[in-house]
Amino acid sequence: MNILSNWLREYLPALEISDRQLADDLTLRGIAVEGVHELPSGGHLFEMDITTNRVDAMNHYGIAREIAAIYNTPLLTLEDRRVARTEFGEAARILVTEVPAACDPAAPAPNQTPRTGDDLEAFSTPGQTQGYPVRIEAPGLCGRFTAQILRGVTVQPSTGIMAERFAALGQKSISNAVDATNYNWLAMGHPTHVFDLDTLQGAIVVRQAREGERIKLLDGSEKTLTGEDLVIADEHKALGLAGVMGGWHSRVTEQTKNILVEAAWFSPAAIRASSRRHGLHTDASHRYERGADLGACALANRLVTRHVIAACGGIPEGTITDIAVPGWEERTTQRPHVRLSVDTAQQLLGTTIENSENGNVVPADKIEQYLEALGCHLRPTAAGDAFEVTLPSWRLDLEREVDLIEEIARVYGYNGFADTLPNVSGGVVALPHAEREVKVRQTLLALGYTEALSSTFTSQAESALFTPEAAIPMENPLSAEAGMLRPSLLPGMAGMLALNSNRDVPSVRLFEYGTIFTGSAASVTERASLALGAYGNAAATATIPITDALFFDVKGALQELIARFAVPAATFTGDGLPAWVEPGRGARLRSGEQTIALFGELSAAERDLRKLRETVVLAEVYLPALFAHPLRQPLAIEPSRFQAVERDLSFLFADSVRWSDIEAALHSLAIAEMISLAPVEIFRDAKGKTIPAGEYSLLFRMVFQSADHTLREEELTSWQESVIAALTRLGGRHRAPTQAPEQAPTQANA
Amino acid sequence: MYVLPTNLNFADDFEMREAFRRAQAAFEEELTPLQTSEELELFRIRWFGKQAGLINKGIAGWIKRVPAESKSKFGISFSSLASRADLVFKQAANRPEKKRDFETTFARSGRPALDLSLPGIRRPIGVEHPLTRTMREITAVFAALGYSTGIGPEVETDFYNFEALNFPPNHPARDTQDTLVVAGQEAKPARERLLMRTHTSPVQIRSMVANPPPLRLVIPGKVHRNDESDATHSPMFHQVEGLCVDRRITFSDLKGTLDHAMKSFFGSSVKTRFFPSFFPFTEPSADVQISCPFCGGAGCRKCKHSGWIELLGCGMVDPAVFAAVDRRRLETGLEPAYDLPGISGFAFGMGVERIAMMKYGVGDIGQFLSGDMRFLEQFA
Repeated sequence: MNILSNWLREYLPALEISDRQLADDLTLRGIAVEGVHELPSGGHLFEMDITTNRVDAMNHYGIAREIAAIYNTPLLTLEDRRVARTEFGEAARILVTEVPAACDPAAPAPNQTPRTGDDLEAFSTPGQTQGYPVRIEAPGLCGRFTAQILRGVTVQPSTGIMAERFAALGQKSISNAVDATNYNWLAMGHPTHVFDLDTLQGAIVVRQAREGERIKLLDGSEKTLTGEDLVIADEHKALGLAGVMGGWHSRVTEQTKNILVEAAWFSPAAIRASSRRHGLHTDASHRYERGADLGACALANRLVTRHVIAACGGIPEGTITDIAVPGWEERTTQRPHVRLSVDTAQQLLGTTIENSENGNVVPADKIEQYLEALGCHLRPTAAGDAFEVTLPSWRLDLEREVDLIEEIARVYGYNGFADTLPNVSGGVVALPHAEREVKVRQTLLALGYTEALSSTFTSQAESALFTPEAAIPMENPLSAEAGMLRPSLLPGMAGMLALNSNRDVPSVRLFEYGTIFTGSAASVTERASLALGAYGNAAATATIPITDALFFDVKGALQELIARFAVPAATFTGDGLPAWVEPGRGARLRSGEQTIALFGELSAAERDLRKLRETVVLAEVYLPALFAHPLRQPLAIEPSRFQAVERDLSFLFADSVRWSDIEAALHSLAIAEMISLAPVEIFRDAKGKTIPAGEYSLLFRMVFQSADHTLREEELTSWQESVIAALTRLGGRHRAPTQAPEQAPTQANA
Repeated sequence: MYVLPTNLNFADDFEMREAFRRAQAAFEEELTPLQTSEELELFRIRWFGKQAGLINKGIAGWIKRVPAESKSKFGISFSSLASRADLVFKQAANRPEKKRDFETTFARSGRPALDLSLPGIRRPIGVEHPLTRTMREITAVFAALGYSTGIGPEVETDFYNFEALNFPPNHPARDTQDTLVVAGQEAKPARERLLMRTHTSPVQIRSMVANPPPLRLVIPGKVHRNDESDATHSPMFHQVEGLCVDRRITFSDLKGTLDHAMKSFFGSSVKTRFFPSFFPFTEPSADVQISCPFCGGAGCRKCKHSGWIELLGCGMVDPAVFAAVDRRRLETGLEPAYDLPGISGFAFGMGVERIAMMKYGVGDIGQFLSGDMRFLEQFA
C-alpha cells in the first residue's frame, strides 16, 4: 500500500524528522517502507510492506501512531480542528463543531464502549428514534452497526484534496460520495459503505444469507450465496455481501440524491470464510478478516459523513443509528487487562547497548511511554512490580504479556540490543548414524560418484516398476506424475540418468542419499535410502569385456562401500530380481538372509521408454540393513619380512564353472601361505579356433608368502600341484605355457 | 679441487670418519659456485661417473683397504655420503635459475623431454551436492557453538507442523493450497492428519517433547509446500533451523548468536541488523539482514544494490509453543519442563536454496533437483 508523508505529518504537528529518516526508522520498527518516491507536489510517497498481523497500521493514522511512539511526539486525534482545517478548509468550523453535534451528540469516542442497544429489542432501533432503523439478526457474526442518513447530496467526480491525494496515491476515483468512504479508509483504516437511500425498502437487516440467494455485486459479478454468508439486506432483498463488497442495485450513482452511510464491525472468521468462498479479496475483507476496530465504527461513520457533506453537500437527517451487540466488547474494546512485569520484560529482552540507571536494560519509564503511545493504558499494580495494561481496541493482535514485550522491543529498536552469547553447558550429541552416513558419503565421493537430489514424489507406474511395496498417494499432488510419495530412490535416479543422456553427457556417476516412504495413509514409515546410477566410461579389463564393464564398475563401488562396514559373509546372488533388471544382469548383495543392496542393468524395454541409448546400471542400497552393521575397525598386522612369490596358472574351463567355484576349490586347500588369488585374464574365442566353444581360458595369479620363513621351491611346487589337481577335479584343463594364447602375458610361468 | 687422499689408515675409526667429512665438504664446496648446465654436467661426471667418478670409483674403492671388522662401519659412512651428495646435487640442479638448463641436460641424456603442457591423468572424484554442502557448512558453524544436529520425519502430523507451533486453525498455511497433504486422512482427528512438513520447525517440537532443557539444536532438512515452480520457488526445498532453550535466554543472546554465526559463515566483516517481523511460533519475531558479503555493503547485483541481504527469520520462542510442548509431554507421561518461569529460548531458520543460489550464483532453483552432471560438477 502507498502512504503520503505529508498526510502523516498532518497528524504529527511537532515532527521534525526528514522523510528519508522517517522511512528508515519505520522500517527498523517493522513498519517496512520499501520505497520512497519524491512527489512534485511536495513530500514523499512511501511504498509500504506491512505484515498481515498489523492491519491497524495499514492506513495513515495507524502509521502516524507508530511515529508518535517512536519519537515520543504528540499525535492529534482524527477529529482535531487542525486536521479538519487541512481537509475541509473554511468549512471545517461547521463540519467539525456543528455537524457532529447535530448528528450524534452522544457519539462515543473511539476506544470507549459504544452505546449498546440495551433499550432496543433484539438489537434493533424501534420506530421512535430518528435514526435509520437497523436490525441485527446475526449477532454471532456482526458486532456493531452504525448508519446515518444524508439528504440532498450531489454526486459527481471528486475535486479538491480528495482528488489530489487519490491521484498521488494511485487510488481509483469513482465519485465524490464513494471516494469519501475510500478516503476515510486510507486515513484511518475502517471500511465504510454508502447506499443509495432511495433503493432501500424498510429497515436494514444484518442477517445470514438464504441458501441459494443470489446477489449482484458492485463489480458486476453475480454470486449465489450460502447460509454461512453474511449479508446486509433490507426487508426484501440482500443489498451487499457484508464486509466484502457492496451490492449493485443499492449503489450510489450520479442520480443518487439521498445516502445512507454505514460503518460496521463483522466477525473476522465469517468474513474470511465468505471472502474465500466467493474468491473475493477486497480492501474491506482484508481488514475485517484480520480484525477491524469495533470501537471506531461511530467515529468512522462521523468522519465519512463529514466528507460526504463537504464533497457532495446535503444535510444529515436524524441521529446516527448505533447498534452494538453485547458479548463482542469483551473480545474487542473491553478485553481483560494484561499484567506486564517490568522484570519479565527486561529479562526476556536482555542486554541493551545503551546504559540506563538500572544497567543495560530497557528502562521502566520507556516501557510505559512506548505502550501508552501505542494506545495502551498502564496502571501500576498494588505491589508496584507490574502494570495492569488496558489494550487498544484496534490492536486485536495484542493479547498477552509477551505481545507487549514485543511492542517494547520493537519501538525501542531491535538494533539497540547488544550481541551477547548465552552460557553453554553440555556437549554436542551426534545422531545415531552420523558417523556411518559420513563414511558412506566420503566413500562414494572418493569413488567418483557425484551427489544428486531428486523429487520426493513419483508416479504410480514408476513406483510399481521399481518396488513391490505400495506407494502412498497424495491428496493434492503437484502433478499427475508426482502423485505418490517415492517408495524407492530408483525412479528419480533413472530420470536423472535419462536427463543427462538426453543432453549428451558422455559419462555419469550419481548417487542420491534420501528418504523413502512406505506404509499406508494411516501410518507412513520413513527410511533412509541410497541410490547409485551410472553409465558410460567403464573400461574393459583382461578379465571383463567392455560389454560387462559397467556392471562390474558398479559392483566394485558397492564392494568398496560395504568394505567400510563389518558386514559378515557378504555375497552376490542373482536370484529374485525385479522386472526392471535386464535378465541375468543384476544381483542382490546379501549378508545372510538380509538384502543390503540390489543392482543391475536397466532392462532394454525401460531404457527405450526413457530414450536411454547407453547401458545404465542402477543400484539401491538399503541403509537400515547396511547400518545394522558397525563400521569396520582398522587393525594393523605387521607385513611379513619374507619375500612374496607369484605363481600364474592357465586353465581351460567350461562356461558353467564360475570364478566363485574356483575360489572355493582353492580356499578348501587351506594353504595359509596363499595370501592372494585373483583372475588375471579371461579369454573366449567366439569362432572356437583357439579355445573350444562353450569354454574359456583363465589365467589367474596366486601370491604366496610366509610370515616366518623364506619360501622354498619344494613348498611352492607342492602347492602348485595340489592347486592343479583341485582345478582338474573341477573339470579344468591345465595349459602349459607354450600353449597359452597370444593374449596371455609372456611372463606367465607354470 | 678435491684430490683423493692416499695412505689412509682405515683401521682408525676417527681417520676414516674424517676422510668422509672432508670428501663431503669438498663436494659441496665445488658444487656451490656452478652456474651452467655444462658446468653441472662436468661436475656430475667428475663425482658420480660410473667408470671414474670420485664417489662410485674413488671413495668406493677404499673398501679394499678396510679391515674386515670395520667394513660394515665403512658401508654406513659411504652410503650416507653417497645419498647426501645425491640429494645436494639434485637440489642444486633444480634451483630455478639452473632448472631450464638442467631439463635440457636430461633431454641430452637420451630420453625425450616431456611435453609438460599435456593434461595430467585425472581421476574424477565425486562432488557433494551444493545444498548438502551448504547445510553441512551451516550445521558446522552451530556445532562449534555447542548445537547438536536434530532431524525428524518429512511426513508430519498437523499437530507437530501447525498446532504445536501456534498456527491458528484457520491460518492460510494450513490450506491445501499451501500444504501438500497425504491422501486418505479424512477419518482422522485434525491434529493427526498427515502432511508434508512445510518447515523443519516440527523437529523443534519433537525434540522438546522428548528432552527437557537445556536444548541446543541445529536442524537441517527437506520441506515441501504446494507452490508453483519458478526461478526462485520450488515446491521442495531445504531449511536449516536452530533452537536454544535454557534458563534466562534473552533476545540479546539471539542477536549475538546469529551475528556470530553469520560472521563465521560469511566472514568476520559481515554485519547483521534485525527488523521486527511476524511468525506464529516466536515473539518477539525478527527478520535478519546481513551486510552484503559480496560487495561489502557498497551495493551490487546480488544485494539488489541495497548493501543488505535478508537471510534469516528468528525470534524468542512463543510461550504458546512451550505450553503446547508441555501438554504433549504430559500426554506422554513426562513432567512439564518448558512453560515454567525463567525458561526461555530462541529459534531461527533460513532457506538453504536461497543461500546456495546467492553464494554460488545459481540463477534457477530447479537446477538443484535436475541431476544434471554439468551443473553439479561445478561445485567441486
